[in-house]
Amino acid sequence: MARFLSQLKSMHRVSRLLLWVCALMTMLPLHAEYGDVVLNRRAEKEGMPPVIYPHWFHRIRFRCKVCHFELGFEMRAGSNDVTMQDIIDGKFCGMCHNDEVAWGVENCDLCHSGRPGMKSHIYGGHQTAGPGIW
Amino acid sequence: MMLGLVVSMVLEAAGRWRPLANDNLHDPESPAIGVLQEPAEALSQLPPDTSGNLVNWVKALEEGKINPRTNIRPETKVRIRDTDVLMTETGEMPVVRFPHKAHTMWLDCSNCHEQYFISKVGANPINMLKILEGKYCGRCHGAVAFPLTECKRCHSVPRNKIKP
Ligand code: HEC
Ligand code: HEC
Ligand code: HEC
Ligand code: HEC
Ligand code: HEC
Ligand code: HEC
Repeated sequence: MARFLSQLKSMHRVSRLLLWVCALMTMLPLHAEYGDVVLNRRAEKEGMPPVIYPHWFHRIRFRCKVCHFELGFEMRAGSNDVTMQDIIDGKFCGMCHNDEVAWGVENCDLCHSGRPGMKSHIYGGHQTAGPGIW
Repeated sequence: MMLGLVVSMVLEAAGRWRPLANDNLHDPESPAIGVLQEPAEALSQLPPDTSGNLVNWVKALEEGKINPRTNIRPETKVRIRDTDVLMTETGEMPVVRFPHKAHTMWLDCSNCHEQYFISKVGANPINMLKILEGKYCGRCHGAVAFPLTECKRCHSVPRNKIKP
Protein backbone atom coordinates (compact mmCIF):
# COMPACT_ATOMS: atom_id res chain seq x y z
CA MET A 1 0.00 0.00 0.00
CA ALA A 2 2.77 2.38 0.95
CA ARG A 3 4.53 1.51 -2.26
CA PHE A 4 1.38 2.07 -4.26
CA LEU A 5 0.96 5.45 -2.65
CA SER A 6 4.50 6.47 -3.40
CA GLN A 7 4.04 5.32 -6.97
CA LEU A 8 0.92 7.41 -7.23
CA LYS A 9 2.78 10.36 -5.83
CA SER A 10 5.57 10.08 -8.31
CA MET A 11 3.11 9.66 -11.18
CA HIS A 12 1.51 12.82 -9.99
CA ARG A 13 4.92 14.42 -10.08
CA VAL A 14 5.52 13.31 -13.63
CA SER A 15 2.17 14.61 -14.85
CA ARG A 16 2.85 17.92 -13.14
CA LEU A 17 6.09 18.10 -15.06
CA LEU A 18 4.32 17.28 -18.29
CA LEU A 19 1.85 20.06 -17.60
CA TRP A 20 4.78 22.41 -17.16
CA VAL A 21 6.20 21.37 -20.49
CA CYS A 22 2.87 21.92 -22.24
CA ALA A 23 2.53 25.33 -20.65
CA LEU A 24 5.99 26.31 -21.81
CA MET A 25 5.28 25.12 -25.29
CA THR A 26 2.05 27.04 -25.70
CA MET A 27 3.26 30.23 -24.06
CA LEU A 28 5.72 30.99 -26.81
CA PRO A 29 5.13 31.28 -30.51
CA LEU A 30 6.29 28.22 -32.43
CA HIS A 31 7.52 30.30 -35.32
CA ALA A 32 11.19 31.13 -35.50
CA GLU A 33 13.68 28.39 -36.29
CA TYR A 34 14.81 26.55 -33.17
CA GLY A 35 17.81 28.24 -31.56
CA ASP A 36 17.55 31.64 -33.29
CA VAL A 37 18.84 34.44 -31.06
CA VAL A 38 17.97 38.12 -31.31
CA LEU A 39 20.70 40.54 -30.19
CA ASN A 40 19.25 43.96 -29.55
CA ARG A 41 20.90 45.52 -26.53
CA ARG A 42 22.05 48.50 -28.58
CA ALA A 43 21.20 48.08 -32.24
CA GLU A 44 17.73 49.57 -32.30
CA LYS A 45 18.60 52.39 -29.92
CA GLU A 46 21.30 53.28 -32.41
CA GLY A 47 18.89 53.23 -35.34
CA MET A 48 19.64 49.77 -36.76
CA PRO A 49 17.21 46.81 -36.91
CA PRO A 50 17.80 44.02 -34.34
CA VAL A 51 20.41 41.38 -35.18
CA ILE A 52 19.32 37.77 -35.77
CA TYR A 53 21.90 35.10 -35.07
CA PRO A 54 20.88 31.64 -36.42
CA HIS A 55 22.37 28.66 -34.50
CA TRP A 56 21.18 26.13 -37.09
CA PHE A 57 23.18 27.79 -39.87
CA HIS A 58 26.39 28.16 -37.89
CA ARG A 59 26.38 24.72 -36.22
CA ILE A 60 26.48 23.06 -39.63
CA ARG A 61 29.86 24.81 -40.03
CA PHE A 62 31.23 25.20 -36.49
CA ARG A 63 30.99 23.21 -33.28
CA CYS A 64 29.64 25.00 -30.26
CA LYS A 65 33.11 25.09 -28.71
CA VAL A 66 34.41 27.42 -31.41
CA CYS A 67 32.15 30.26 -30.28
CA HIS A 68 31.46 29.35 -26.68
CA PHE A 69 35.01 28.29 -25.75
CA GLU A 70 37.58 29.70 -28.20
CA LEU A 71 35.83 32.95 -28.98
CA GLY A 72 34.34 33.35 -25.52
CA PHE A 73 30.67 33.99 -26.32
CA GLU A 74 28.80 33.72 -23.02
CA MET A 75 26.09 31.00 -23.32
CA ARG A 76 23.22 33.23 -22.38
CA ALA A 77 21.10 35.28 -24.75
CA GLY A 78 21.52 38.98 -24.11
CA SER A 79 24.60 38.63 -21.93
CA ASN A 80 27.27 39.58 -24.47
CA ASP A 81 27.67 43.32 -24.78
CA VAL A 82 28.58 43.58 -28.46
CA THR A 83 29.36 46.84 -30.25
CA MET A 84 30.12 47.38 -33.91
CA GLN A 85 33.57 48.61 -32.97
CA ASP A 86 34.25 45.24 -31.27
CA ILE A 87 33.17 43.44 -34.43
CA ILE A 88 35.35 45.63 -36.65
CA ASP A 89 38.22 44.99 -34.22
CA GLY A 90 37.77 41.24 -34.78
CA LYS A 91 35.89 40.31 -31.63
CA PHE A 92 32.55 38.43 -31.32
CA CYS A 93 30.99 37.98 -34.79
CA GLY A 94 34.06 39.80 -36.13
CA MET A 95 36.28 36.79 -35.38
CA CYS A 96 34.81 35.32 -38.55
CA HIS A 97 32.90 38.05 -40.34
CA ASN A 98 36.13 39.66 -41.48
CA ASP A 99 36.21 38.78 -45.20
CA GLU A 100 38.39 35.79 -44.37
CA VAL A 101 36.42 33.08 -42.54
CA ALA A 102 33.13 34.64 -43.69
CA TRP A 103 31.90 37.78 -45.46
CA GLY A 104 32.68 41.05 -43.73
CA VAL A 105 30.94 43.80 -41.79
CA GLU A 106 29.87 45.79 -44.85
CA ASN A 107 26.87 43.45 -45.21
CA CYS A 108 24.86 45.29 -42.57
CA ASP A 109 21.49 43.96 -43.74
CA LEU A 110 22.41 40.29 -43.46
CA CYS A 111 22.89 40.57 -39.69
CA HIS A 112 20.53 43.47 -38.96
CA SER A 113 17.49 41.73 -40.41
CA GLY A 114 15.06 41.61 -37.47
CA ARG A 115 11.57 43.06 -37.12
CA PRO A 116 11.48 46.27 -35.12
CA GLY A 117 10.93 45.91 -31.38
CA MET A 118 12.30 42.38 -30.91
CA LYS A 119 13.93 41.90 -27.50
CA SER A 120 17.29 40.18 -26.94
CA HIS A 121 16.27 36.59 -26.32
CA ILE A 122 16.41 33.09 -27.68
CA TYR A 123 13.47 32.30 -29.94
CA GLY A 124 12.32 29.19 -31.75
CA GLY A 125 10.43 25.98 -31.06
CA HIS A 126 10.04 25.01 -27.45
CA GLN A 127 12.58 26.88 -25.43
CA THR A 128 12.78 26.81 -21.68
CA ALA A 129 11.18 29.81 -20.13
CA GLY A 130 10.84 29.10 -16.46
CA PRO A 131 10.60 31.86 -13.91
CA GLY A 132 14.09 31.04 -12.62
CA ILE A 133 16.00 32.77 -15.37
CA TRP A 134 13.68 34.68 -17.62
CA MET B 1 -3.95 11.82 -21.83
CA MET B 2 -1.16 14.15 -20.85
CA LEU B 3 1.27 12.19 -22.98
CA GLY B 4 -1.09 12.35 -25.92
CA LEU B 5 -1.20 16.09 -25.57
CA VAL B 6 2.56 16.37 -25.58
CA VAL B 7 2.87 14.08 -28.56
CA SER B 8 0.30 16.00 -30.56
CA MET B 9 2.01 19.28 -29.78
CA VAL B 10 5.36 17.92 -30.83
CA LEU B 11 3.81 16.69 -34.06
CA GLU B 12 2.25 20.06 -34.65
CA ALA B 13 5.58 21.76 -34.13
CA ALA B 14 7.12 19.27 -36.49
CA GLY B 15 5.04 20.60 -39.38
CA ARG B 16 7.69 22.34 -41.45
CA TRP B 17 10.55 24.76 -41.34
CA ARG B 18 9.14 28.26 -41.55
CA PRO B 19 10.21 30.47 -44.42
CA LEU B 20 12.23 33.39 -43.03
CA ALA B 21 9.76 35.94 -44.38
CA ASN B 22 7.05 34.77 -41.99
CA ASP B 23 8.97 33.38 -39.04
CA ASN B 24 7.84 36.31 -36.88
CA LEU B 25 11.48 37.25 -36.36
CA HIS B 26 12.87 38.50 -39.66
CA ASP B 27 11.48 41.70 -41.09
CA PRO B 28 9.72 40.56 -44.27
CA GLU B 29 10.79 43.86 -45.85
CA SER B 30 14.47 43.27 -45.10
CA PRO B 31 16.77 43.09 -48.11
CA ALA B 32 18.26 40.00 -46.42
CA ILE B 33 15.16 37.94 -47.31
CA GLY B 34 16.02 36.08 -50.49
CA VAL B 35 19.75 36.38 -49.76
CA LEU B 36 19.82 34.43 -46.48
CA GLN B 37 19.56 30.67 -46.77
CA GLU B 38 16.12 29.23 -45.98
CA PRO B 39 16.26 26.68 -43.12
CA ALA B 40 14.32 24.11 -45.17
CA GLU B 41 16.97 24.13 -47.88
CA ALA B 42 19.79 23.10 -45.54
CA LEU B 43 18.00 21.17 -42.81
CA SER B 44 15.94 18.89 -45.06
CA GLN B 45 19.23 17.35 -46.25
CA LEU B 46 20.17 16.14 -42.74
CA PRO B 47 19.03 13.07 -40.72
CA PRO B 48 15.49 13.88 -39.58
CA ASP B 49 14.13 14.21 -36.07
CA THR B 50 10.73 15.15 -34.69
CA SER B 51 11.57 18.19 -32.59
CA GLY B 52 13.87 21.17 -32.33
CA ASN B 53 15.44 21.88 -35.73
CA LEU B 54 13.87 18.58 -36.90
CA VAL B 55 17.44 17.37 -37.35
CA ASN B 56 19.20 14.65 -35.41
CA TRP B 57 22.44 16.53 -34.93
CA VAL B 58 24.23 13.65 -33.22
CA LYS B 59 23.57 11.44 -36.26
CA ALA B 60 24.42 14.19 -38.70
CA LEU B 61 27.86 14.40 -37.13
CA GLU B 62 28.38 10.64 -36.70
CA GLU B 63 27.39 9.89 -40.27
CA GLY B 64 29.65 12.62 -41.59
CA LYS B 65 26.72 14.52 -43.16
CA ILE B 66 28.26 17.62 -41.60
CA ASN B 67 31.79 18.26 -40.42
CA PRO B 68 31.72 21.51 -38.48
CA ARG B 69 35.09 23.03 -37.58
CA THR B 70 36.38 22.25 -34.08
CA ASN B 71 38.62 25.29 -33.79
CA ILE B 72 39.67 28.48 -35.54
CA ARG B 73 43.09 28.92 -33.98
CA PRO B 74 45.51 26.11 -34.76
CA GLU B 75 46.84 25.98 -31.18
CA THR B 76 43.46 25.37 -29.50
CA LYS B 77 43.29 21.95 -27.84
CA VAL B 78 40.27 19.87 -28.82
CA ARG B 79 39.25 17.72 -25.85
CA ILE B 80 37.03 14.66 -26.18
CA ARG B 81 35.84 12.35 -23.40
CA ASP B 82 34.32 8.95 -23.97
CA THR B 83 32.63 7.90 -20.73
CA ASP B 84 28.94 7.82 -19.87
CA VAL B 85 27.55 8.80 -16.48
CA LEU B 86 24.36 7.22 -15.13
CA MET B 87 22.26 9.71 -13.20
CA THR B 88 19.88 7.78 -11.01
CA GLU B 89 17.84 10.35 -9.05
CA THR B 90 14.93 10.09 -11.44
CA GLY B 91 12.03 8.91 -9.29
CA GLU B 92 9.96 6.43 -11.27
CA MET B 93 11.40 7.57 -14.59
CA PRO B 94 14.07 5.52 -16.35
CA VAL B 95 17.60 6.47 -15.34
CA VAL B 96 19.41 9.20 -17.28
CA ARG B 97 22.47 8.23 -19.28
CA PHE B 98 24.67 11.26 -19.80
CA PRO B 99 27.02 10.59 -22.74
CA HIS B 100 30.29 12.59 -22.60
CA LYS B 101 31.14 11.58 -26.17
CA ALA B 102 28.07 13.06 -27.83
CA HIS B 103 28.67 16.26 -25.87
CA THR B 104 32.41 16.71 -26.25
CA MET B 105 32.08 16.20 -30.00
CA TRP B 106 30.40 19.61 -29.87
CA LEU B 107 31.47 21.22 -26.62
CA ASP B 108 34.56 21.81 -24.52
CA CYS B 109 34.77 20.59 -20.92
CA SER B 110 34.76 24.19 -19.70
CA ASN B 111 31.34 24.77 -21.25
CA CYS B 112 29.97 22.57 -18.45
CA HIS B 113 32.71 22.09 -15.81
CA GLU B 114 32.73 23.47 -13.23
CA GLN B 115 30.22 26.22 -13.98
CA TYR B 116 27.07 24.12 -14.58
CA PHE B 117 28.22 20.70 -13.37
CA ILE B 118 30.71 19.66 -10.71
CA SER B 119 32.71 16.84 -12.30
CA LYS B 120 31.89 14.23 -9.72
CA VAL B 121 29.20 11.58 -10.02
CA GLY B 122 26.11 12.53 -8.01
CA ALA B 123 27.53 15.88 -6.88
CA ASN B 124 24.86 17.95 -8.62
CA PRO B 125 21.44 18.43 -7.00
CA ILE B 126 19.50 18.26 -10.26
CA ASN B 127 15.78 17.88 -10.65
CA MET B 128 13.42 18.32 -13.56
CA LEU B 129 12.00 21.64 -12.42
CA LYS B 130 15.46 23.21 -12.35
CA ILE B 131 16.12 21.82 -15.82
CA LEU B 132 12.86 23.25 -17.11
CA GLU B 133 13.90 26.59 -15.66
CA GLY B 134 16.99 26.55 -17.85
CA LYS B 135 19.51 25.30 -15.34
CA TYR B 136 21.85 22.28 -15.67
CA CYS B 137 20.92 20.31 -18.81
CA GLY B 138 18.25 22.94 -19.55
CA ARG B 139 20.91 25.52 -20.32
CA CYS B 140 21.23 23.92 -23.78
CA HIS B 141 18.36 21.45 -24.04
CA GLY B 142 15.28 23.50 -24.76
CA ALA B 143 17.37 26.31 -26.27
CA VAL B 144 19.76 24.95 -28.91
CA ALA B 145 20.13 21.19 -28.31
CA PHE B 146 17.07 18.88 -28.60
CA PRO B 147 14.19 20.07 -26.42
CA LEU B 148 12.97 18.83 -23.04
CA THR B 149 9.88 17.21 -24.50
CA GLU B 150 12.15 14.32 -25.56
CA CYS B 151 12.08 12.62 -22.14
CA LYS B 152 13.27 9.27 -23.43
CA ARG B 153 16.39 10.50 -25.10
CA CYS B 154 17.75 11.40 -21.64
CA HIS B 155 15.78 8.95 -19.51
CA SER B 156 17.01 6.08 -21.63
CA VAL B 157 17.99 3.30 -19.22
CA PRO B 158 15.14 1.26 -17.66
CA ARG B 159 15.60 0.86 -13.90
CA ASN B 160 15.64 -2.93 -14.12
CA LYS B 161 18.58 -2.78 -16.54
CA ILE B 162 20.99 -1.29 -14.01
CA LYS B 163 22.80 -3.26 -11.38
CA PRO B 164 22.00 -2.30 -7.78
C1 HEC C 1 28.23 39.92 -38.64
C2 HEC C 1 27.01 40.54 -38.24
C3 HEC C 1 26.94 42.07 -38.30
C4 HEC C 1 27.16 42.89 -39.39
C5 HEC C 1 27.57 42.47 -40.78
C6 HEC C 1 26.87 44.23 -38.95
N1 HEC C 1 26.49 44.23 -37.64
FE1 HEC C 1 26.01 45.87 -36.53
N2 HEC C 1 25.78 44.68 -34.90
C7 HEC C 1 25.93 43.32 -34.87
C8 HEC C 1 25.72 42.85 -33.51
C9 HEC C 1 25.76 41.40 -33.05
C10 HEC C 1 25.44 44.00 -32.74
C11 HEC C 1 25.07 44.05 -31.24
C12 HEC C 1 23.56 43.94 -31.17
C13 HEC C 1 22.97 44.41 -29.88
O1 HEC C 1 23.07 43.71 -28.88
O2 HEC C 1 22.33 45.48 -29.90
C14 HEC C 1 25.50 45.12 -33.65
C15 HEC C 1 25.26 46.44 -33.23
C16 HEC C 1 25.23 47.53 -34.08
C17 HEC C 1 24.93 48.88 -33.67
C18 HEC C 1 24.64 49.35 -32.25
C19 HEC C 1 25.89 49.26 -31.39
C20 HEC C 1 26.94 50.21 -31.79
O3 HEC C 1 28.11 49.77 -31.86
O4 HEC C 1 26.64 51.38 -32.05
C21 HEC C 1 24.96 49.65 -34.80
C22 HEC C 1 24.70 51.15 -34.90
C23 HEC C 1 25.30 48.79 -35.91
N3 HEC C 1 25.45 47.48 -35.44
C24 HEC C 1 25.43 49.17 -37.22
C25 HEC C 1 25.90 48.37 -38.24
C26 HEC C 1 26.18 48.86 -39.59
C27 HEC C 1 25.96 50.27 -40.07
C28 HEC C 1 26.63 47.77 -40.30
C29 HEC C 1 27.13 47.72 -41.74
C30 HEC C 1 28.22 48.64 -42.04
C31 HEC C 1 26.61 46.62 -39.41
N4 HEC C 1 26.17 47.03 -38.16
C32 HEC C 1 26.98 45.34 -39.77
C33 HEC C 1 26.22 42.50 -35.93
C34 HEC C 1 26.52 42.92 -37.20
C1 HEC D 1 29.09 30.92 -34.61
C2 HEC D 1 29.01 31.06 -33.17
C3 HEC D 1 28.18 30.10 -32.35
C4 HEC D 1 28.14 28.72 -32.42
C5 HEC D 1 28.89 27.80 -33.36
C6 HEC D 1 27.24 28.29 -31.38
N1 HEC D 1 26.74 29.38 -30.72
FE1 HEC D 1 25.50 29.35 -29.12
N2 HEC D 1 25.38 31.37 -29.13
C7 HEC D 1 26.05 32.20 -30.02
C8 HEC D 1 25.61 33.56 -29.82
C9 HEC D 1 26.08 34.76 -30.61
C10 HEC D 1 24.64 33.54 -28.78
C11 HEC D 1 23.85 34.71 -28.21
C12 HEC D 1 24.66 35.45 -27.20
C13 HEC D 1 24.00 36.71 -26.72
O1 HEC D 1 22.81 36.93 -27.00
O2 HEC D 1 24.66 37.49 -26.03
C14 HEC D 1 24.54 32.14 -28.36
C15 HEC D 1 23.72 31.70 -27.33
C16 HEC D 1 23.66 30.39 -26.90
C17 HEC D 1 22.91 29.93 -25.76
C18 HEC D 1 22.06 30.78 -24.82
C19 HEC D 1 20.63 30.61 -25.13
C20 HEC D 1 19.75 31.12 -24.02
O3 HEC D 1 18.74 30.46 -23.79
O4 HEC D 1 20.07 32.11 -23.37
C21 HEC D 1 23.09 28.57 -25.68
C22 HEC D 1 22.50 27.62 -24.65
C23 HEC D 1 23.94 28.20 -26.77
N3 HEC D 1 24.28 29.31 -27.48
C24 HEC D 1 24.31 26.90 -27.03
C25 HEC D 1 25.02 26.51 -28.15
C26 HEC D 1 25.24 25.12 -28.52
C27 HEC D 1 24.76 23.93 -27.73
C28 HEC D 1 25.93 25.15 -29.67
C29 HEC D 1 26.42 23.98 -30.51
C30 HEC D 1 25.40 23.07 -30.93
C31 HEC D 1 26.18 26.54 -30.03
N4 HEC D 1 25.60 27.33 -29.08
C32 HEC D 1 26.91 26.97 -31.13
C33 HEC D 1 27.00 31.81 -30.93
C34 HEC D 1 27.29 30.51 -31.28
C1 HEC E 1 33.03 30.95 -35.97
C2 HEC E 1 32.85 31.85 -37.06
C3 HEC E 1 31.61 32.73 -37.05
C4 HEC E 1 31.16 33.54 -36.06
C5 HEC E 1 31.76 33.79 -34.70
C6 HEC E 1 29.95 34.17 -36.55
N1 HEC E 1 29.68 33.73 -37.82
FE1 HEC E 1 28.09 34.23 -38.95
N2 HEC E 1 28.76 33.05 -40.47
C7 HEC E 1 29.95 32.36 -40.46
C8 HEC E 1 30.12 31.70 -41.74
C9 HEC E 1 31.32 30.84 -42.19
C10 HEC E 1 29.00 32.04 -42.52
C11 HEC E 1 28.74 31.62 -43.97
C12 HEC E 1 29.45 32.58 -44.86
C13 HEC E 1 29.28 32.29 -46.33
O1 HEC E 1 28.30 31.65 -46.71
O2 HEC E 1 30.15 32.76 -47.06
C14 HEC E 1 28.17 32.89 -41.69
C15 HEC E 1 26.95 33.41 -42.09
C16 HEC E 1 26.17 34.23 -41.31
C17 HEC E 1 24.87 34.73 -41.70
C18 HEC E 1 24.17 34.45 -43.00
C19 HEC E 1 23.42 33.16 -42.94
C20 HEC E 1 22.77 32.84 -44.26
O3 HEC E 1 21.59 32.48 -44.25
O4 HEC E 1 23.45 32.94 -45.31
C21 HEC E 1 24.42 35.53 -40.68
C22 HEC E 1 23.11 36.27 -40.63
C23 HEC E 1 25.42 35.53 -39.67
N3 HEC E 1 26.47 34.71 -40.06
C24 HEC E 1 25.33 36.24 -38.50
C25 HEC E 1 26.28 36.21 -37.49
C26 HEC E 1 26.20 36.98 -36.27
C27 HEC E 1 25.10 37.97 -35.94
C28 HEC E 1 27.28 36.65 -35.53
C29 HEC E 1 27.66 37.16 -34.14
C30 HEC E 1 26.62 37.17 -33.14
C31 HEC E 1 28.02 35.66 -36.28
N4 HEC E 1 27.39 35.41 -37.46
C32 HEC E 1 29.19 35.05 -35.83
C33 HEC E 1 30.83 32.26 -39.41
C34 HEC E 1 30.69 32.88 -38.18
C1 HEC F 1 18.12 16.82 -21.25
C2 HEC F 1 17.89 15.61 -20.53
C3 HEC F 1 16.52 15.37 -19.89
C4 HEC F 1 15.30 15.41 -20.48
C5 HEC F 1 14.96 15.72 -21.93
C6 HEC F 1 14.34 15.06 -19.47
N1 HEC F 1 14.97 14.83 -18.27
FE1 HEC F 1 14.11 14.31 -16.48
N2 HEC F 1 15.92 14.38 -15.55
C7 HEC F 1 17.12 14.64 -16.18
C8 HEC F 1 18.18 14.63 -15.18
C9 HEC F 1 19.65 14.87 -15.46
C10 HEC F 1 17.57 14.37 -13.94
C11 HEC F 1 18.27 14.28 -12.55
C12 HEC F 1 18.95 12.95 -12.40
C13 HEC F 1 19.88 12.89 -11.21
O1 HEC F 1 20.14 13.93 -10.59
O2 HEC F 1 20.36 11.78 -10.90
C14 HEC F 1 16.13 14.21 -14.20
C15 HEC F 1 15.18 13.91 -13.24
C16 HEC F 1 13.84 13.65 -13.50
C17 HEC F 1 12.88 13.24 -12.50
C18 HEC F 1 13.14 13.02 -11.02
C19 HEC F 1 13.44 14.33 -10.33
C20 HEC F 1 12.21 15.20 -10.27
O3 HEC F 1 12.31 16.37 -10.67
O4 HEC F 1 11.15 14.73 -9.87
C21 HEC F 1 11.67 13.09 -13.16
C22 HEC F 1 10.35 12.68 -12.55
C23 HEC F 1 11.90 13.42 -14.56
N3 HEC F 1 13.22 13.75 -14.73
C24 HEC F 1 10.92 13.40 -15.54
C25 HEC F 1 11.11 13.82 -16.85
C26 HEC F 1 10.05 13.92 -17.83
C27 HEC F 1 8.59 13.57 -17.60
C28 HEC F 1 10.63 14.38 -18.99
C29 HEC F 1 9.96 14.73 -20.33
C30 HEC F 1 8.93 15.72 -20.26
C31 HEC F 1 12.04 14.55 -18.73
N4 HEC F 1 12.30 14.21 -17.42
C32 HEC F 1 12.97 14.98 -19.68
C33 HEC F 1 17.32 14.87 -17.53
C34 HEC F 1 16.32 15.01 -18.48
C1 HEC G 1 27.51 19.00 -21.61
C2 HEC G 1 28.16 19.12 -20.35
C3 HEC G 1 29.46 18.42 -20.11
C4 HEC G 1 30.63 18.49 -20.84
C5 HEC G 1 30.89 19.27 -22.12
C6 HEC G 1 31.60 17.70 -20.13
N1 HEC G 1 31.03 17.15 -19.00
FE1 HEC G 1 31.97 15.99 -17.60
N2 HEC G 1 30.18 15.71 -16.63
C7 HEC G 1 28.98 16.27 -17.01
C8 HEC G 1 27.93 15.73 -16.17
C9 HEC G 1 26.45 16.07 -16.25
C10 HEC G 1 28.54 14.83 -15.27
C11 HEC G 1 27.85 13.98 -14.17
C12 HEC G 1 27.75 14.76 -12.90
C13 HEC G 1 26.84 14.10 -11.91
O1 HEC G 1 26.75 12.86 -11.89
O2 HEC G 1 26.22 14.84 -11.12
C14 HEC G 1 29.96 14.85 -15.58
C15 HEC G 1 30.94 14.12 -14.91
C16 HEC G 1 32.30 14.21 -15.15
C17 HEC G 1 33.31 13.54 -14.35
C18 HEC G 1 33.08 12.64 -13.14
C19 HEC G 1 32.46 11.35 -13.59
C20 HEC G 1 33.38 10.50 -14.40
O3 HEC G 1 33.06 10.20 -15.56
O4 HEC G 1 34.45 10.15 -13.90
C21 HEC G 1 34.53 13.87 -14.91
C22 HEC G 1 35.89 13.42 -14.43
C23 HEC G 1 34.25 14.73 -16.07
N3 HEC G 1 32.90 14.91 -16.16
C24 HEC G 1 35.22 15.23 -16.92
C25 HEC G 1 34.96 15.91 -18.11
C26 HEC G 1 35.98 16.27 -19.10
C27 HEC G 1 37.48 16.02 -18.95
C28 HEC G 1 35.32 16.89 -20.12
C29 HEC G 1 35.90 17.43 -21.43
C30 HEC G 1 36.66 16.49 -22.24
C31 HEC G 1 33.90 16.92 -19.76
N4 HEC G 1 33.72 16.30 -18.55
C32 HEC G 1 32.92 17.52 -20.54
C33 HEC G 1 28.78 17.21 -18.00
C34 HEC G 1 29.73 17.56 -18.96
C1 HEC H 1 26.35 23.04 -22.87
C2 HEC H 1 25.22 22.48 -23.58
C3 HEC H 1 24.61 21.17 -23.11
C4 HEC H 1 24.32 20.79 -21.82
C5 HEC H 1 24.50 21.60 -20.55
C6 HEC H 1 23.76 19.46 -21.90
N1 HEC H 1 23.71 19.05 -23.21
FE1 HEC H 1 23.06 17.23 -23.89
N2 HEC H 1 23.52 17.78 -25.79
C7 HEC H 1 24.02 19.01 -26.17
C8 HEC H 1 24.21 19.01 -27.61
C9 HEC H 1 24.70 20.18 -28.44
C10 HEC H 1 23.83 17.74 -28.08
C11 HEC H 1 23.82 17.24 -29.52
C12 HEC H 1 22.41 16.99 -29.99
C13 HEC H 1 21.56 18.21 -30.25
O1 HEC H 1 22.08 19.33 -30.41
O2 HEC H 1 20.32 18.07 -30.31
C14 HEC H 1 23.40 16.98 -26.90
C15 HEC H 1 22.94 15.67 -26.95
C16 HEC H 1 22.51 14.96 -25.85
C17 HEC H 1 22.02 13.59 -25.89
C18 HEC H 1 21.82 12.77 -27.14
C19 HEC H 1 22.87 11.74 -27.37
C20 HEC H 1 22.53 10.87 -28.54
O3 HEC H 1 23.30 9.93 -28.73
O4 HEC H 1 21.56 11.09 -29.27
C21 HEC H 1 21.66 13.26 -24.61
C22 HEC H 1 21.11 11.94 -24.14
C23 HEC H 1 21.93 14.41 -23.78
N3 HEC H 1 22.44 15.42 -24.56
C24 HEC H 1 21.67 14.46 -22.42
C25 HEC H 1 22.03 15.52 -21.60
C26 HEC H 1 21.84 15.52 -20.16
C27 HEC H 1 21.21 14.41 -19.36
C28 HEC H 1 22.32 16.71 -19.70
C29 HEC H 1 22.38 17.19 -18.28
C30 HEC H 1 22.94 16.28 -17.30
C31 HEC H 1 22.79 17.46 -20.86
N4 HEC H 1 22.60 16.70 -22.00
C32 HEC H 1 23.35 18.71 -20.81
C33 HEC H 1 24.30 20.07 -25.36
C34 HEC H 1 24.21 20.08 -23.98
